Amino acid sequence: MIFLGLPLYSVIHGAFTTDGGVLTFQNFSTTFSSAADMSAFKNSLLIGLWTALLGAGLGTWLAAAVLAGNPGGLVQRVVSSASGVLAYFAGVPLAFAWIATLGSTGVATVLLQHIGINLYSGGFTIASLTGLALAYTYFQIPLMVILITPALEGLRPQWEEAAQSLGASKLSYMRHVAIPVLTPAFVGATLILFGNAFSAYATALALTGGTIAIVPTQINEALNGNVIANQDRVGLALGVEMIVVVAFVMIGYWMVQSRARRWLQ
Amino acid sequence: MSTESTPLADPSAQDVGIAAAVAARASVGVNFKGVQRHFGDVAALAGLDLEIHPGELIALLGPSGCGKTTALRILGGFDHPDAGQVIVGDRDLTKVPANKRDMGMVFQAYSLFPNMNVRDNVAFGLRMRKQDKTVRGKRADELLALVGLSQTADRYPFQLSGGQQQRVAIARALAIEPTVLLLDEPLSALDAQVRHQLRAEIRSLQLRLGITTLFVTHDQSEALSIADRVGVMHAGRLEQLDTPENIYRHPATAFVAEFVGAMNRLPGRVGDGDEVQVLGQRLKLRNRNERPAGTAVIAMLRPEAIAAVPDSAGSGEVVERTFLGASVRMSVKLDDGQLVLVEEPSHADAASIGQRVGLRILAESTTVADAGE
Amino acid sequence: MSATGGNLGLAARGLGAIEPAPDRKKRRASRRRRPRLWRVTIFVLAAIYFIGPQLAAFKFSLVLSSGKYGLGNYGQIVQNSALRDALFTSLEISAITAVVVVVLVLPTVVWIRLRAPKLTLLLEGITILPIVIPPVVLAAGLEQLEGHSPQWLVSLVFNHALTGLTPFYVILALPFSYRAIDTGVRAIDLRTLVDASRSLGSSSFSTLTRVILPNVQTAVLGAVFLTVALCLGEVVIANILLYVTFPVEIIQVGQETGPGVQVAVSILSLLFVFGLLFALSFLAGRKRGATSTRLI
Repeated sequence: MIFLGLPLYSVIHGAFTTDGGVLTFQNFSTTFSSAADMSAFKNSLLIGLWTALLGAGLGTWLAAAVLAGNPGGLVQRVVSSASGVLAYFAGVPLAFAWIATLGSTGVATVLLQHIGINLYSGGFTIASLTGLALAYTYFQIPLMVILITPALEGLRPQWEEAAQSLGASKLSYMRHVAIPVLTPAFVGATLILFGNAFSAYATALALTGGTIAIVPTQINEALNGNVIANQDRVGLALGVEMIVVVAFVMIGYWMVQSRARRWLQ
Repeated sequence: MSTESTPLADPSAQDVGIAAAVAARASVGVNFKGVQRHFGDVAALAGLDLEIHPGELIALLGPSGCGKTTALRILGGFDHPDAGQVIVGDRDLTKVPANKRDMGMVFQAYSLFPNMNVRDNVAFGLRMRKQDKTVRGKRADELLALVGLSQTADRYPFQLSGGQQQRVAIARALAIEPTVLLLDEPLSALDAQVRHQLRAEIRSLQLRLGITTLFVTHDQSEALSIADRVGVMHAGRLEQLDTPENIYRHPATAFVAEFVGAMNRLPGRVGDGDEVQVLGQRLKLRNRNERPAGTAVIAMLRPEAIAAVPDSAGSGEVVERTFLGASVRMSVKLDDGQLVLVEEPSHADAASIGQRVGLRILAESTTVADAGE
Repeated sequence: MSATGGNLGLAARGLGAIEPAPDRKKRRASRRRRPRLWRVTIFVLAAIYFIGPQLAAFKFSLVLSSGKYGLGNYGQIVQNSALRDALFTSLEISAITAVVVVVLVLPTVVWIRLRAPKLTLLLEGITILPIVIPPVVLAAGLEQLEGHSPQWLVSLVFNHALTGLTPFYVILALPFSYRAIDTGVRAIDLRTLVDASRSLGSSSFSTLTRVILPNVQTAVLGAVFLTVALCLGEVVIANILLYVTFPVEIIQVGQETGPGVQVAVSILSLLFVFGLLFALSFLAGRKRGATSTRLI
């Protein structure tokens, strides 16, 4: 807790004070009036939202497809191991894989050029928000697989059969039982996915060399850029703002969980 | 009626409950005709023929993997036969999907929908039948009263005990006025006391409703005590279908004899006519099956079909003695080394450990197995 | 990484081939395991999406700076001393972090399960924090601390990657490890084991190391591997604090040697971590509970 708390305290303390140690909100108002900072926030929120929704949907689908197979079989092992790698480790390596695929000389880019589609003349670049979102989804889906699999496993086959014997079609079983039962886990996992994408930086760093305008880039620049004096504290203020966003996400997470506790053991 | 709890033991209150709860639906029969089901090269059902009479409770009994659950799942529509037919009433249901069969199913455990309270669980089937909300709420309350759980209507499944959950599951299955009730080891996850109580309640409910019921279990005492007829299954086949008494007293095959109740296997020899010689006594042989006179066989005899009489010149010695309350069970070691289990009423003057005894067979007839088996 | 994709594709093709399994499980499975369209669709899509870039990366890594194809980039990895040094630094950090994490987490989990089950929920909440607190913020805080620390502390802690990073990697690894080990401990009958061990006269310490540890071996290994994966992959904190660890060096190596080497290292590191987790899944599968093949 000390190792977590001390840096946090120093961020919060630094953000609210001047170099002389006087309480101030100047750092925050600087960020709010900075167009670059605000657009970075907008980008971060957008990328968090989109990759969370995409990752959650596709990840659940993939997890369900895997679980429908042979329990403990090769597919499950491979997907589970691969998910672990991609979700927790792969930030930098996968950025390079994407550059190799969709970079200006990437394999897919070149292939598409052969069949007459020029991505880059169409305005696409791997260092764009779209490119970043595409790369983020690459670890968001595996993370969703990891987070949602226990919940999917918790769906008992008896429920579907009981529903069937009571006259429910597959669709009404989904609507009245499976989806309500899964919703808390699904929403909770989606929120974590959002937080994950919102805070992620490694992939962006490797993919764009720190040129894309998302909040972590701004923080990094403020701290290491040394362009303008006193930028440090503005970076810290940005950090506090990130924490606030994440805090809201966590509150949402707890609300979903406690709502589910009405009928969850 | 709709609000107060009705103990099942109170018949007057119950008739009212049933009249309200189950609109008279005529009982129907069920007929399995040559039903086969294979998983890979394993035959879970190797041509099952089984007729369940209208209003009858049949228990399918057998070790795990014998095909009993497959039979029930095929009747419920959760599994489909490779060959054969399933007829309910006068309808061929073989190809009808599970949700169009009108069968109430009770599972081993954990089948209640966790996201719905007890009332909504019971009303689910009616909701699927597009019944009005107030109607289904009222019906659910009636059924909950029938199983004595009115006070739990607003709770969620995880707040109930295992026994209560199974009662709710029964109420839920009955709510749709099913043609057939399917019970898939509904008591096996409960502790002994609750199990015995619920067993009696299920039977009394079934008798009152007159609903045709298939009950699957691996517990012989459960099967024998609850069913009109018991079907003992082995390796995908029905070994014997008969009343509990006949299954116990006159097992048709060696498998049935050994699977149901404790059994002594005593060497014997086929005599002339339908007779077999066991422990120096002549018994009627129930399954001669063309065995020539003089064939060595194993006779199947229940512990209570043998008496141990204290006799210093007897052929055995009591080596173990367990007092069971109503009866005393003894192990008698014969001089040739064979152990014989004997059970006598505890009011009899039973022999004590170390005492020499002579064995007397009380049964008049017996089933035999081939000596090699 | 292309191995992953290969197996996924293989799995999609092999859906029809089912071997029989015993009784009830098999009955359900055989009903479900018919190759349904939606399953095949998702596997094919997943295969394209997840393998495609890895294949592209592999092809990319074969292109030498001279423009020809060859394995030269892989050869360069071994020769690059900066990369080697960075890798050793990262492996050192990984090893120490993993040990510290297990020593911290295992007794905590056992204690909470035995003595304070009510704290489970609180702890689960706390362990989510490091997942969602942006590492960049943590790094910013650390940089601040470094700037304000007395000189002796700076030279003692911050001047070396090993001491500067390990404590924070421990923090980052705690949640995953907690979850992994907690799952393992939950699967054994902890109280009976502890009571039995105590009644036979062993101390708390030997109960923990000789009775509990062997029983949750797989879960502990899972925690260790995840920790290693995390330490080998973390780049944000190290980058901001200007430590040269393995992933930081991967980014930098591109500037000296061209992107081919960079991508080649990436592929190898992915394969290495995948191999760790994949091997673990077999280790876990050997024990009874089929669900324990899930590590995370």
